[in-house]
Amino acid sequence: MIATLLKISFTNLRRDRVAQAMTFLLPILFFSIFANVFGAQRDPTRKVNVALADDDHSPFSAKLTKALIAEGSLAVRTTTEKDGKGEPLTRDSAEKLVRDGAIPVAVVLPKGLGANVQLFGNDPNAVKVQLLADVSDPIAPQMVNGLLQKVSFTAAPDMMADQGLKMFTQYGGGLTPAQQASVDQWKTQLEKADPADGTANKVASSVGLPIEMVNVLQPSPVNGDKSLISFYAAGVGVMFLLFSCSSGAGTMLEEEESGTLGRLLSSRAGMAGVLIGKWTYLWLMGMMQLSVMFIWGAVVFGLPLAAHVAGFVTMTVVTAGAAAAFGMVLATASRTRQQLGGISTIVILTMSALGGSMFPRFLMSETMQKMGLVTFNAWALDGYIKVFWRDARLIELLPQVGVLLALTVVFMGLARLFARRWETL
Amino acid sequence: MSTQATSSGHPLAQALEVRDAAKAFGATKALVGASFDVHPGELLGLLGPNGAGKTTMIKAIAGRVGLDAGTIKLFGREVTRTDARPELGVVPQELAIYKLLTARENLTAFGALNGVTGTTLRDRVEWALEWSGLADRAKDMTKTFSGGMQRRLNIACSLLHKPKLVLLDEPTVGVDPQSRERIYEMLAALKRDGVSVVLTTHHLEEAERRCERIVIIDHGKIVAAGTMAELVAKALGIARVLAVQLGEPLPESVALPNGVLTDEHRVVLRVNVQDIARDVPARLAEISALGAHVRGMDVTGASLQDVFIALTGRELRE
Repeated sequence: MIATLLKISFTNLRRDRVAQAMTFLLPILFFSIFANVFGAQRDPTRKVNVALADDDHSPFSAKLTKALIAEGSLAVRTTTEKDGKGEPLTRDSAEKLVRDGAIPVAVVLPKGLGANVQLFGNDPNAVKVQLLADVSDPIAPQMVNGLLQKVSFTAAPDMMADQGLKMFTQYGGGLTPAQQASVDQWKTQLEKADPADGTANKVASSVGLPIEMVNVLQPSPVNGDKSLISFYAAGVGVMFLLFSCSSGAGTMLEEEESGTLGRLLSSRAGMAGVLIGKWTYLWLMGMMQLSVMFIWGAVVFGLPLAAHVAGFVTMTVVTAGAAAAFGMVLATASRTRQQLGGISTIVILTMSALGGSMFPRFLMSETMQKMGLVTFNAWALDGYIKVFWRDARLIELLPQVGVLLALTVVFMGLARLFARRWETL
Repeated sequence: MSTQATSSGHPLAQALEVRDAAKAFGATKALVGASFDVHPGELLGLLGPNGAGKTTMIKAIAGRVGLDAGTIKLFGREVTRTDARPELGVVPQELAIYKLLTARENLTAFGALNGVTGTTLRDRVEWALEWSGLADRAKDMTKTFSGGMQRRLNIACSLLHKPKLVLLDEPTVGVDPQSRERIYEMLAALKRDGVSVVLTTHHLEEAERRCERIVIIDHGKIVAAGTMAELVAKALGIARVLAVQLGEPLPESVALPNGVLTDEHRVVLRVNVQDIARDVPARLAEISALGAHVRGMDVTGASLQDVFIALTGRELRE
């Protein structure tokens, strides 16, 4: 009896290509995508792009610049355009590169750094090197921070020796009772340092180049530290939007089976009317779905929706439109509801993984990032990230809006093409 | 233009004229020069074996399939595939209604999709609910309806725009005799209002009883069209069938005499007779000569089944 049941099941599987793909192809596909995503993080040859603005123009800043350029793990850009073209970077132009997402981190050597460099001590008034960071890449700024400390010592050994001596005479000297007390105080501070609460960093940072980390993507207090929440609201929202659009468009397959579609096509609506009617419904439903997701994010997780309403509405209108059209393509290309279920699961999960819905694209290798651009998700997420992270003006959303609108038109064209088979129902 | 004289003598356009309709799907020829008419206000049965071309014909009339050749005229107006057909109502074989909508919501939606609006739509929905006997269930979701009720609503949904010609594809399939009776009463009411009705069915006895004229299509061509009497005369050339009941099944090894047909159990033999007095004794003698024991006999008028089989043959159509 068991053998008969097994035989039936395996025969069904052998003849069901979608089930085979779901069983064997999808896991392999996902494994490959994530292996590429995480494998790339450990690529030792991958250089971190850094913008460097030398506003100081001192011998010290020149040495730091030279040393940073010589660092094998950094790709340093000192001009407004690539390959040394354009104007030398200033703080503003470097910040713009980070804001625009062209470069994840910028090092600014402010005026007066060389004249007042302080490698030891904890003077709050010391001139500090600024690290303008894009929070979307949590790794690059930390890496550049460490390298800056390294080059600050190796690039200026004279200053190091000079200031080290000063420190020795300040804390060492003949170890008079007063000196001893001073050293003891410092040591006490070091002993009290607790890596868990950040005091270790504070104490450690009192030795080395004073660096101030500036998150240029959170210039206003409204964003707070909610950037990742907006990323996941968009990522998860777009992925489920695709699923719901695919499922919603799939009602056409049920209507085909029940004969309702044939009746609709015989009515005044016609094929174009039916497709546009369905798309409009999915579009409206998609906008509602994304709105619910972001409003929930705002109410429960403090997502800064109110400060970005115009951008959110713009992106939601075009994203829902394109997702609705994509659902129409999947439904019109499928022969049955079951086939649609299988195909849409494979396509949407793959697109979501590549397009950054599950794992941020900016943490992927450049090749993977470029591959991701063929997906619908990537453009939608880039748009939402621009709105919520980069405080982009509406005009700056033009590439994403343009691509999503174009995709909508292309998808609807494809859906119309695939729907031709229904005209003879 | 084919015309029919009215009682006042004025020529009246046919409700439907199909001329030399041809349609092929790849190598499969679905229609090969089919021609027939539907008179205004008549109930016509379009019959044929599976794969004969009925569905393609209905789709072509409904504008769902473009003909490769031939013409279709609705009330004298030649129509192409893309032309609007406001005078036509098409009832699909499937239960093409929304199960989660109520009867009233379904009717309203399909009325609106066919261009009926405002108070006209409300009036037509009320009419349709009454006509289909669903007024007391107007507010119920149709998924709670019986098969017969769903079938009636399915028909009503195609009539909101007051079509003058209604095509029904198997309107009584899968329903009980009571519902079938009700559906034919509904169609008779339509006919009384001057609506022309064309239906396809595999219930030959029903078609014989209900339809004024019958068109039989096979292999993409119209093989016969007319009243029952005309079809019998054309197909069989006689008005009687001799049915002989045998005492035991006729062995497979025994060959049947020319013109004699048998049922699947080989216990009833049927043969057409032209002249009862002359042919019945002769045929009975032939059958006795086969060694069969004759238990009884009937001489009846030919049924539509006899005509259908005579015109389309006995081979199974897949």
